[in-house]
Amino acid sequence: MVEFALQVKGLTKSYANGKQALKGVSLEVPAGSFYALLGPNGAGKSTLINILADIVRPGEGSATLFGHDLFADRAWCKRRMGVVPQEVAFDPFFNPREVLKISSGMFGVKPDMAWIDELLARLELTEHCGKNTRQLSGGMRRRLLVAQALVHKPPLVILDEPTAGVDVELRRRLWDFMRELNAAGTTILLTTHYLEEAEELCDHVTIVDKGKVVADRPMRELMREVAGRYLWLSYGESFVLSEDDEVALAAFQPRTNGRGVSLTLRHVEGAASSFHAAYEAAVTRFGPPQDAGIRQEDLEDVFIRLTHEHDEQPNADQTKVNA
Amino acid sequence: MWPVNPRGCWTLFVRESHRFMKVKMQTIVAPALTAVLYLMVFHYAMGERSVPGLSVPYFDFLIPGLVMMSMLQNAFANTSSSIIVGKVMNVHIYLLMAPLSAIEAIAAFLAAAVLRALIVAAVLLAVLAPFSSLGFQHIGLILFYGVCGSILMGGFGIIGGMWSKKFDDMALISNFLIMPLTFLSGVFYSVKQLPPLWQQINAFNPFFYLIDGFRYGFIGVGDTNPMTAIWVVLTATIVCMVACWYLWLIGWKLKE
Repeated sequence: MVEFALQVKGLTKSYANGKQALKGVSLEVPAGSFYALLGPNGAGKSTLINILADIVRPGEGSATLFGHDLFADRAWCKRRMGVVPQEVAFDPFFNPREVLKISSGMFGVKPDMAWIDELLARLELTEHCGKNTRQLSGGMRRRLLVAQALVHKPPLVILDEPTAGVDVELRRRLWDFMRELNAAGTTILLTTHYLEEAEELCDHVTIVDKGKVVADRPMRELMREVAGRYLWLSYGESFVLSEDDEVALAAFQPRTNGRGVSLTLRHVEGAASSFHAAYEAAVTRFGPPQDAGIRQEDLEDVFIRLTHEHDEQPNADQTKVNA
Repeated sequence: MWPVNPRGCWTLFVRESHRFMKVKMQTIVAPALTAVLYLMVFHYAMGERSVPGLSVPYFDFLIPGLVMMSMLQNAFANTSSSIIVGKVMNVHIYLLMAPLSAIEAIAAFLAAAVLRALIVAAVLLAVLAPFSSLGFQHIGLILFYGVCGSILMGGFGIIGGMWSKKFDDMALISNFLIMPLTFLSGVFYSVKQLPPLWQQINAFNPFFYLIDGFRYGFIGVGDTNPMTAIWVVLTATIVCMVACWYLWLIGWKLKE
């Protein structure tokens, strides 16, 4: 039986201004997973995280953390959760080392100076650890937030856009560190705008849009079954599809960009790829192409498509995406 | 709701104490200097006069009042500034995310406010006492009123900080409520010098009892019965603490 680090069931939230930020969100984060929570701006991701962190009051619904009722046993759950908030917040009276000692104590843990030094080193803050937080750059402050979330060694770490404003090299090193923590057993729930990061790091993804879950799948399954594959064939300038072409190739949903045709390759579990049939059909109608290739949708394409589909069905109930 | 994290409570107390010690020129030295200036001005203005109805030198009458006023204002400033700075800088979320019960959070804030008030009082007395014939007639009462007053004002600071959305809101409370209340509660004069109507109004002002009781601890005379004052102050302090605890528990103006 899978142990879940976090289970959320039917969570709702309406703000005082009437905005319904969450409309019954459910998700299950397996213990030890690297889990992506994605969605466009305003989708409800931060509201969900802020409810989990006890910064925002919940509406209806329930949540458990390692089997404990989050809303009934807050103190137990908070000790096992480290949250990196989306907005940069820094205590203007202290330096990074003091901030980490305070954070540790506030979570009821005696400051472990060796771990604090390691965090400062891994997040490249060692040489700045004596400076007041007001003297730190935006990127340094954001890394300090990450260190604060990790200082009490929580088994669940929630990162809400942790790499915004952090340069590429540092971002990569931060993710290496997160991978190590994950390999050592820490469950990581991540929201990010860098979808290629989520695709590379995470083993499960939930996509929310307008307060609802629109996809909830293991990353590999989502990419295999939902991410489309296309065969593109190039025939040079002034390429136009006739109505007869559209009918003949209807099974492949042909699209043209004026220079060639793009055919959708169907994935059917256990069956051979439709590549050969699509290529044959195109060659039969248009002859051999000047060039051809296969394009695989990445997470960004899937994300845009799913959130776009959801836009077109504003009243649809929460649905899981089926391949 | 109940204590769950003593280390967290202690850490918050230490953080709040370090916070004001890091800016001690502003939090300790400046209030002491202000009190000395008040004392000099009134000393030269009043000369060797005694306070009507109390038969004590004005200087001895004024010092405890000034000390208490500074304690009250500093206790208020400590909690209110911490919470409003936290809200404006978004750092308050770390208080909300920490596994601290409402009792622990309030206890830590109030203990730091009391510590700052006591340090300010000690500095003021050390500077001012050598210039007066001030005694410590009832040390227990001095401590009772000093600690209760600091808790009461620290509690008002917590509530004010939670209510305020910006520094301007806090300045409003500080300048239009706290400052007049502490100034008009008998620091500079005996309430017996006031018109009867204002004397009656003052009977409902807990700050009057705080200052008068505190002064009684030093000079052994006051405007009111010290036993009555004890009950008024104790009741006001407990009500304020319960209000702080409840508002923190529900996350009033802190959580959406």
